[in-house]
Amino acid sequence: MAWTRKVLRVNLTEGTCMPEPLNMDWAMQYLGQRGLATKYLMEEMDPNVDPLSPENKMIMATGPLTGTNASTGGRYSVITKGPLTGAIACSNSGGFIGAEIKMAGWDMIIFEGKSPKPVYLFLENDKPTLVDASFIWGQSVWEADKKLRQKHQDPLIRIATIGRSAEQGCLFAGVINDLHRAAGRSGVGTVMASKNLKAVVVRGTKGVANIKDPKEFMAATRKGKQVLHDNAVTGAGLPQYGTQVLMNVINEIGAMPTRNWREVQFEGASKISGEAMHEPRASDNKPNLVTNAACFGCTIACGRISTIDKDHYTIVNKPEYWGASGGLEYEAAWALGSDTGVDDLDALTYANFLCNEDGMDPISFGATVAAAMDLYEEGVITKEHTGGLELKFGSAEALTTLAELTAKGEGFGKDIGLGSRRLCEKYGRPELSMTVKGQEFPAYDARGIQGIGLAYATSNRGACHLRGYTIASEVMGIPHKTDPLETEGKPELVKAFQDATAVVDSAGICVFTTFAWTLDDIQPQIEAACEGDWSMEKLVTMGERIWNLEREFNLKAGLSKKDDTLPPRLLNEPAKTGPAQGKTNELAVMLPEYYKLRGWNPEGVPTDETRQRLGLA
Amino acid sequence: MQITLKLYASLSDYLPASAYRNQLVLEVPDTATPQSVLLKHNVPLEMAHLVLINGSYIAPEQRGSHLLQANDVLAVWPPVAGG
Repeated sequence: MAWTRKVLRVNLTEGTCMPEPLNMDWAMQYLGQRGLATKYLMEEMDPNVDPLSPENKMIMATGPLTGTNASTGGRYSVITKGPLTGAIACSNSGGFIGAEIKMAGWDMIIFEGKSPKPVYLFLENDKPTLVDASFIWGQSVWEADKKLRQKHQDPLIRIATIGRSAEQGCLFAGVINDLHRAAGRSGVGTVMASKNLKAVVVRGTKGVANIKDPKEFMAATRKGKQVLHDNAVTGAGLPQYGTQVLMNVINEIGAMPTRNWREVQFEGASKISGEAMHEPRASDNKPNLVTNAACFGCTIACGRISTIDKDHYTIVNKPEYWGASGGLEYEAAWALGSDTGVDDLDALTYANFLCNEDGMDPISFGATVAAAMDLYEEGVITKEHTGGLELKFGSAEALTTLAELTAKGEGFGKDIGLGSRRLCEKYGRPELSMTVKGQEFPAYDARGIQGIGLAYATSNRGACHLRGYTIASEVMGIPHKTDPLETEGKPELVKAFQDATAVVDSAGICVFTTFAWTLDDIQPQIEAACEGDWSMEKLVTMGERIWNLEREFNLKAGLSKKDDTLPPRLLNEPAKTGPAQGKTNELAVMLPEYYKLRGWNPEGVPTDETRQRLGLA
Repeated sequence: MQITLKLYASLSDYLPASAYRNQLVLEVPDTATPQSVLLKHNVPLEMAHLVLINGSYIAPEQRGSHLLQANDVLAVWPPVAGG
């Protein structure tokens, strides 16, 4: 269905659930999901609120293509003010719950206030109920999921829940749906915990409706699926090797951040790569990878389902981890592996399982462990701080022990739960935090790939690859190859990727389609599904409008030009090896041009003319 | 002269059994180019999407003329992406 035109407003303080019509004027300007939910936040909430106060709102939002038969049309996002960053947070997830919310008849659910006691929302089509969650509070995601299924006795319910890390105040806790899909970044799960909201349980049976031109929509989505099928990346590469195929690529080009970004190439990369996940283990002759997996409506199926070697020290006496579960994606494998210097594939898979089990963002978790290891190697943190744990780079035991502790908010895991910026500030070495706006970097070194440095610095939700994935062009040549070491043309590239991604997210489909699709493939699907004019020109302008609206949120929240920067390590310490040897990131060259292209003044504030052009005045 | 050849993802099928972790050291003539090495290993050129020498990208039009140097690392992928 396109829009259901219904919003569920849940006031957790009052314990009320009220339906209301979707604001269609706003939908025509912001489409859905990321864009539309940000508009609701801007209109309803002061961006200055404490992210963990009842005054913050949290929106679970679908897009008009969510729940349809458009390929990858299963995405939803959690939009709120992020406690890790103090900026707009929008964490996007696949799996099945997004489509289920839509099929229950809702475009979005707005949570406001704070429940006096732990509750969960049970949403069965038109019937929302807030239910006492005392029997699952204090439980992991996996345990809560099991108990909710036992209680409701419906195998078709879909569940999004927080784990113990969120309840314990870990600032990078996410919301996990379908056991191992995550709205993972920026601490959106911590916001959910602050509202005493443990889970959202949904059953929707209303199916698809409200498509503007069903026949045309079928034709457009069928054509789109053919493009994905025929493309070597989306039709073959991603299903077979997943995102983890990048491990060797990025290492080879010398842009693999290693040991908290001290180095740009990791000697152990091949041991933790997508190819290594296919290699039979010595103990049982089975590979780490069991199968690939798809989210709702997806015809790519990049997901990884993995097992850990039963003889591995992490699980030898823990049969509960012997089964298959969500395996390593590239970003997680990098953060847990290269960034900490750990090359033990089973240890990384175990840490990844724990991140899913207790709802931690594996990027931020791994990167914060890497920062802690840097502090330890510098002599700033000692065994006295860590409870006797030796935090040397490369220690798989340190990594997996910290995953166990952080998941439960125990011991030094409490410090890890602060995230890299607050951890490094606490111990007096803020420059060792590899973050932008308080959010940990993903897996591409900005000394070896210049454009992604600008994308990190300007990302509205803090360091992020999914707000402007210039890696597609700078490394993979999609849609055209650009030189990763050059800065020329990168501001245009970053802006184009940022605006286009805002459209893709707001439609409710997966950004991975853009390895094969351009907006030319997506526009006919939106046009056929949604009432109104959805020309290419309108979509491009809308992407820019969404980006600027997020910027306005951040400006009102107190962020400014000073936050559009990179850590000194990337700006002043040259890469030691590889093609980028001797290079730093040249952000100062790119940023002024980027501001100009955006129609912002030299302080990074949209000009009146830009605001008027985009309808933001 | 010797070079290192690395073939990744689905191209690893074209590596001889002696390769370990997607790579092997090769003896090649001084006239060797990325294209000649790939053809010798029966790699379909249309599948050689990302071709790197010592980590630097070699454009399609240079793959038949760029002369390899001793100890070069030639790494090749089919179309791949992630994120």
